Amino acid sequence: MSRATNPTDVIRSEVTLRYDYSVGEVAGTFLDGLRSKKILASKCSMSGLAYLPPRAYCERTFEKCDSWVEAGLEGTIEASTIVVRGFEGKRQPPVPIAFVRLDGVDSAIANYIDDVDCSDLEAAMQAIAPGRRVRVEFVGEPEGRITDFSFVLVD
Amino acid sequence: MAETVGVISTYQTDYRSQHPDVTFVEQAQQAAVGALHAGNMRPDDVDAVVFSLAPTNFMGVADADRWAIDYIFGAGKPMFRVHTGGATGGSAVHAAYSLVRAGTFRIVMVIGAERIAETPDAQAVLNTIFDLFYERDMPLSTNTSVALQASAYMQRHGITQEDLAQAVVRQRWNALRHPQAHLKGEITVGDVMASPMISYPLKLYDICPRSSGSAAMIVGNVEALDSFQSRPAFLNGIGSVTGTYWVGDRLSPTADIDYAEMSLTDFSGAACFRRADIKDPVKEIQVVELYDPYSLVGYVQLERLGFCPRGKAARLDSEGFWDLDGGQVAVNPSGGTLCSNPIAITGLARCIDAANQVMGTAGGIQVHGVRNALATAVGGISQFHNVTIFGEDHVPDREEV
Repeated sequence: MSRATNPTDVIRSEVTLRYDYSVGEVAGTFLDGLRSKKILASKCSMSGLAYLPPRAYCERTFEKCDSWVEAGLEGTIEASTIVVRGFEGKRQPPVPIAFVRLDGVDSAIANYIDDVDCSDLEAAMQAIAPGRRVRVEFVGEPEGRITDFSFVLVD
Repeated sequence: MAETVGVISTYQTDYRSQHPDVTFVEQAQQAAVGALHAGNMRPDDVDAVVFSLAPTNFMGVADADRWAIDYIFGAGKPMFRVHTGGATGGSAVHAAYSLVRAGTFRIVMVIGAERIAETPDAQAVLNTIFDLFYERDMPLSTNTSVALQASAYMQRHGITQEDLAQAVVRQRWNALRHPQAHLKGEITVGDVMASPMISYPLKLYDICPRSSGSAAMIVGNVEALDSFQSRPAFLNGIGSVTGTYWVGDRLSPTADIDYAEMSLTDFSGAACFRRADIKDPVKEIQVVELYDPYSLVGYVQLERLGFCPRGKAARLDSEGFWDLDGGQVAVNPSGGTLCSNPIAITGLARCIDAANQVMGTAGGIQVHGVRNALATAVGGISQFHNVTIFGEDHVPDREEV
């Protein structure tokens, strides 16, 4: 068998799949919190750890998280980057994102950082470097989605 | 009494963006035929097949292991699919090793193929590995998650982008002597620095290519080695570990695992070294094939595996410590994952490149006097990590003696 082949010799296919994901009790409570401009963390009284994103069980003690606590609306950047080559359906690049540990919580949660001048990437990265402080800012009309809030730098 | 396990034969195709001459399954078949020929074996000599297959969304064919059954001579044999993301190939080797070691099968073939470049949407597929309620609305991907890791690691150790660029320069140079490598060439730190920014501080050249290709490794017990291979690479140690799904749980003073430092590696490395009886890796291991899809990721693993102190791997690179010629340990003679990343089989390729060094069949990248070679694989957002050690002599692990 012998036939010349080239990269444009293809069969094209496109797959569209749709899903409706049940949010459940834990994520549902968190998303309800967003609607009232609160960030709710689940807490385990045995380990004393407060989790964001929230969990049904403490994954250290394997006991149920038995209370909800309001996370502080300020926190510390633990890891950050400026996404320069973005992708479809997200905010237009260049856009800073970070994992932030909100005050009173034992894990970090990801979101965008607003209002950072990204014209000089080096300077922008210094501004959002790990250790910097941010505060949570909610959109005017929260809809119960993680994009209801983002971070802004604390001066 | 556990069986001794050794590598009988290996095969890998060239890694390129496209292989328009064959389909996915025909590509897998090339590896099956290649490994069988290399071992002077027939399909009937293989008792079971482990199929190394990562997310099938990359090619849009659900569970393509099924599609491949006939092509890889799987019909009539037990067949197992293994999937731990980027760690898949290493996990597949561990599965085959365990099946032979337990005495369940005499000879097992590990095989897989990857065609990631047949979709332009690979980063979109990788976005779906993040949590759909809390993370997926952000531009999180493998690229951006390693950029996040880099921000913390580089700040902590005072490492610069130029420091990281050395890995790319060294490995593309090594890859010039490895016919199967995808990216190769003589480049400079300046070239890496001048490549387009993707997610700060990672630039295009800090990031692996999207590679297509196939690979296979056949392993067997002592009886099989007596029949088919006079100079095997013995599988002397494996170690693997799984860490938390949540990236944010690894970025806290109360964390069990340190995301910036990939401290998950401590556990897989220790388990593997204990089994292979390795006490001083720099003295006892001559070749390391790391799963390093980003310039940062090889350095971090060298540090965690005990080849050098924390924060020092990039600095030692500038002293030639990891060079293929004249280094203390040859790190990624193949060019590593920075030069070729066929995701489903990258961990398998690392194992093949390590085993070939022990068997003396590594061709242009052969290092002299290799007694032990180590391979790693990393999956998900560093949720899976595995380590494998191949040796020229069989080392009975502690559980056997």
